[in-house]
Amino acid sequence: MSERVVIVGAGPAGIRAAEVLTNAGLRPTVVDEGMRSGGQIYRRAPEGFKRAADKLYGSEAKKAQALHACFDRMLAEDRLAYFPLSSVLAIADDGLQVLTADGLQQIAFDRLIIATGATERLAPVPGWESAGVYGLGAMQIALKAQGVALGRRIVLAGSGPLLTLVATQLEAAGAEIAAVLDTSSLAKQLHGLPQMLARPRLVARGMAMRAQLGRRYRAGVRLDRIETSSEGVEAISWTHRGTTHRTECDAVGLGWHLRAETQLAGLAGATFTYDHSFAQWLPKADAMGRAGERLYLAGDGLRIRGADGAEVAGRLAAVACLEDMGLSAPDARADARRMRRLDRFAEGIARAFPWPAEVVRQLPDDAVVCRCESITAGALRDAVDAGGSEANRAKSLSRVGMGRCQGRYCQLAGAEIVAAQANLDVATVGRLRDQAPVRPAPIGAMRSPDHSTRSGRNN
Amino acid sequence: MSTEGRIRRLAEEDRPPVEFALDGRDCRALLGDTVLTAVLSNAKTLRHSEFGPEGRAGFCLMGACQDCWMWQESGPRIRACSTPIAEGMRLMSMPPREWP
Repeated sequence: MSERVVIVGAGPAGIRAAEVLTNAGLRPTVVDEGMRSGGQIYRRAPEGFKRAADKLYGSEAKKAQALHACFDRMLAEDRLAYFPLSSVLAIADDGLQVLTADGLQQIAFDRLIIATGATERLAPVPGWESAGVYGLGAMQIALKAQGVALGRRIVLAGSGPLLTLVATQLEAAGAEIAAVLDTSSLAKQLHGLPQMLARPRLVARGMAMRAQLGRRYRAGVRLDRIETSSEGVEAISWTHRGTTHRTECDAVGLGWHLRAETQLAGLAGATFTYDHSFAQWLPKADAMGRAGERLYLAGDGLRIRGADGAEVAGRLAAVACLEDMGLSAPDARADARRMRRLDRFAEGIARAFPWPAEVVRQLPDDAVVCRCESITAGALRDAVDAGGSEANRAKSLSRVGMGRCQGRYCQLAGAEIVAAQANLDVATVGRLRDQAPVRPAPIGAMRSPDHSTRSGRNN
Repeated sequence: MSTEGRIRRLAEEDRPPVEFALDGRDCRALLGDTVLTAVLSNAKTLRHSEFGPEGRAGFCLMGACQDCWMWQESGPRIRACSTPIAEGMRLMSMPPREWP
């Protein structure tokens, strides 16, 4: 019997990994939280929606269509087992505990490929706990998957390639964009340019989008406060070249590039290092994505390279998996070369649109850091004074990182505040331990009678 | 509380209507809407924060942040961003009174 390979995630990385494995004659199992395959950047609208691919994905429409077709073909030919709408809660004893639409199931594996992608990397802005503040990616998901704008007058703020992209996509669809506020200065952006020129067409496209936004785009902005009422956002105040501005709006999209989603990788045994250029904890892996015994990582959950990099990483991880099983694998040299170019670009992006560490360190005491439980920067600083600077210790004392998002949206900011309070480098503070279940699950699911392995379904 | 929606529909509006209830009020959404889209086209917020004075209206829209959990009159809570709206759903922005 051939080994059982399970892939977590059906975005660009997971789909390309599945393609390589099925071409080699294997029948992998794909577990994915989405209603439909495609992941987030190539997210598909529900059945019954009619916009054409070029409306949804712009210049990336062909890539999105090819990826969706690739997955649909494998599914139609019954070459994989597919669990949509299914969340992996825990990993133990060579099995995944998966919350499916039909309750909790155990899915056994011999080798595991984790392609869980990324979330926005968030820095708190005073007032960000209010209704109407969203991640930048959320703004894009709402538009692609539901055809809606999350507000009537929108400000996008933060930094990174998504900032201008989401602004132009929303505007083209008819939304009102009041301002696009980039916390990175033009000087910093130029600093990343030489490496970004590894992909000159992307740079040109970014410049064109920015030109289209005109004076509404500002670089080198400091975000001061989101003003709110009980029903949500009313305005954002910001400072540019010493002058304070106030822009009225009812929605704010925030994001500072991306943060790798690594909790399942951690539960599967991956180890981590703090990467100073990406300003986050990233799993250790070889160039193919091998991150442990029979464990492979791919996509933004391994390293922030975007969708193109995720497709390449997915193929590389699957090739490594095949080689380790002693099976013949396709030649990966072209992909390895491609990846080196993508890595140069990714480093350039990280430099051009940096994480605003200093601003986070100086957040006012009354600013909320943990959105889940409304815990302030001041409370976190008190916890450091009382109990020391180790990340997990500060978490247990302050509860920053212990809410329902399990630290996905506050861990990096929390670590900066802890480091500043203890006068340490952020890497010294440490990474929050991964805790199962990584998604909330109803108690009822835990007493489901059926814990046996199933073969998946084809829909 | 305002009954005006937070979101603005920009496309895909020729879908069949779906009727549901929000805090006892009859509301209308479109087939294929998530619970989040359905509720926010009829209200500014999904729920009240348990820890602060503010309302909440979701945050990540991809199941990662858990900001958008809502109550149902029938008991089970749902994640609004990843649950499709269904005919006759009875949603609540606050826990039932007997909730401890």
